[in-house]
Amino acid sequence: MSVATAFFYLFSFVTIASSAMVITGRNPVHSVLFLIVAFVSSAGLFLLAGAEFLAMLLVVVYVGAVMVLFLFVVMMLDVDFAELQKSAKRYLPLGGLVALVVLAELALVVGSWTVAPQAVLSTPTPGNLSNTAALGQVLYTQYVYLFQAAGFVLLTAMIGAIVLTLHHRPNVKRQDISAQNARTRASAIENKQVPSRTGVPVP
Amino acid sequence: MDLLLTLLLIVGKSLLLITLGLTAIAYYLLADRKIWAAVMLRKGPNVVGPWGIWQSFADMIKFMVKEPIIPDGANKGVFMIAPLVTAALALSAWAVVPVNDGWAIADINVGILYIFAISSLGVYGIIMGGWASNSKYPFLSALRSAAQMVSYEVSIGFVIITVLLCAGSLNLTEIVRAQDTDYGILGWYWLPLFPMFVIFFISALAETNRPPFDLVEAESELVAGFMVEYSSAPYLLFMLGEYVAIITMCALLVILFCGGWLPPVKMEPFTQVPGVIWFVLKLTWFFFLFAMVKAFVPRYRYDQLMRLGWKVFLPMSLVAVIVVAGVLEFAGVAAK
Repeated sequence: MSVATAFFYLFSFVTIASSAMVITGRNPVHSVLFLIVAFVSSAGLFLLAGAEFLAMLLVVVYVGAVMVLFLFVVMMLDVDFAELQKSAKRYLPLGGLVALVVLAELALVVGSWTVAPQAVLSTPTPGNLSNTAALGQVLYTQYVYLFQAAGFVLLTAMIGAIVLTLHHRPNVKRQDISAQNARTRASAIENKQVPSRTGVPVP
Repeated sequence: MDLLLTLLLIVGKSLLLITLGLTAIAYYLLADRKIWAAVMLRKGPNVVGPWGIWQSFADMIKFMVKEPIIPDGANKGVFMIAPLVTAALALSAWAVVPVNDGWAIADINVGILYIFAISSLGVYGIIMGGWASNSKYPFLSALRSAAQMVSYEVSIGFVIITVLLCAGSLNLTEIVRAQDTDYGILGWYWLPLFPMFVIFFISALAETNRPPFDLVEAESELVAGFMVEYSSAPYLLFMLGEYVAIITMCALLVILFCGGWLPPVKMEPFTQVPGVIWFVLKLTWFFFLFAMVKAFVPRYRYDQLMRLGWKVFLPMSLVAVIVVAGVLEFAGVAAK
């Protein structure tokens, strides 16, 4: 058994075991943490397949950004675990039905799927190019329109989320940084001659 | 047999790096305290050994033999894993750092992305510790820290992209070799990318939760931040992770902007000095700057910190990516 095979079995086992723990875990925060472990070990699987760029991207984007937000939301929720389990039992038949339908569909699709005969089985590192350079060369030439379109979809989603959640309330005090920085001693401080035992009227 | 030999070699190299690294950390920690003390006209640690050189080791022994206290309401598993995650991730970033030409445990093609990924994982140690403590201050601090680290990672990412555009590789060794010109120190990327160099330095301070951006453990507001409930060995692991992350950021500054192991002048006496010495000298210089910033600059307010990250650094670095790419393309010097 080579080193790569040993690591393949290790990463696969960790991925599957932690995925199972995501579903069976009682505490939602533990579930999210196990999901992170699953992501990291599948990044290891990518690495073994030679797709080093995808592996790093999976960690940076999903684990480093998306899951942090996930963890935020789950931590902030005040979840009653007993209540959650009661409702889980109630929805079990419906959930099982959906799972069966999806399983049947997957079996039908995967069972009848074959690799197109004209498709060449390509290696992740063609020729003397590194994996990242090879990916960049097809992404910015052959698939540039699809790539840009995907970017626009994400931009639209981002702007949409901001528009939906941003409310301009009229009576909120806001900071104006340039106005603050433009303040001088003359405009900010006023010296008053205060006679003894009289004081100054406070505005 | 072959498998065993490979594994043993990797384990041996890693152990060597960790031993040397941790000894170095002990003295960087001492240097940090000494520099900070000198700025304040204090003496700093000076009791354990001559000039206090054994202070860090004494602290370590003290942390190791004390009793680890786990709060009653804590989520025990996560509470104990959090410091391990912080320390292990911080140390694992060093697997790809080339301290000399070819001196890296793993000289991988996507080295810079690996370090970026590891440092983006570092936030989990803090979030887990803050949440598992089941206490108000650690939780607030964990939320702050996560927001801070995610914000500054964005601008760090763009700054790294400008360097990658100039070097034309994601391999750390290749990035240093791309700076190997006849001009010596003037050929390193700190000069042409000076604004990016400054942004990276400040973002590195924020990313490692160093003063003036140490809002995570702002003593006046949050006691000691996410570490309030930690004691003895777990606390030691958190501190260790923090300092290793700082040294990693210094190493990244050296590699990306200051020519790694290259000598500053390409002439006879300088080229004779081994590259690893140049690397350590440059690293120590950046650590000195980190320590001086800690001594000089007062702590930022939280909204100012967020404004700096999102409204100043992000637009600047985004425009810089476009400008650098444009200049490289139209000047015809784009790396292939």
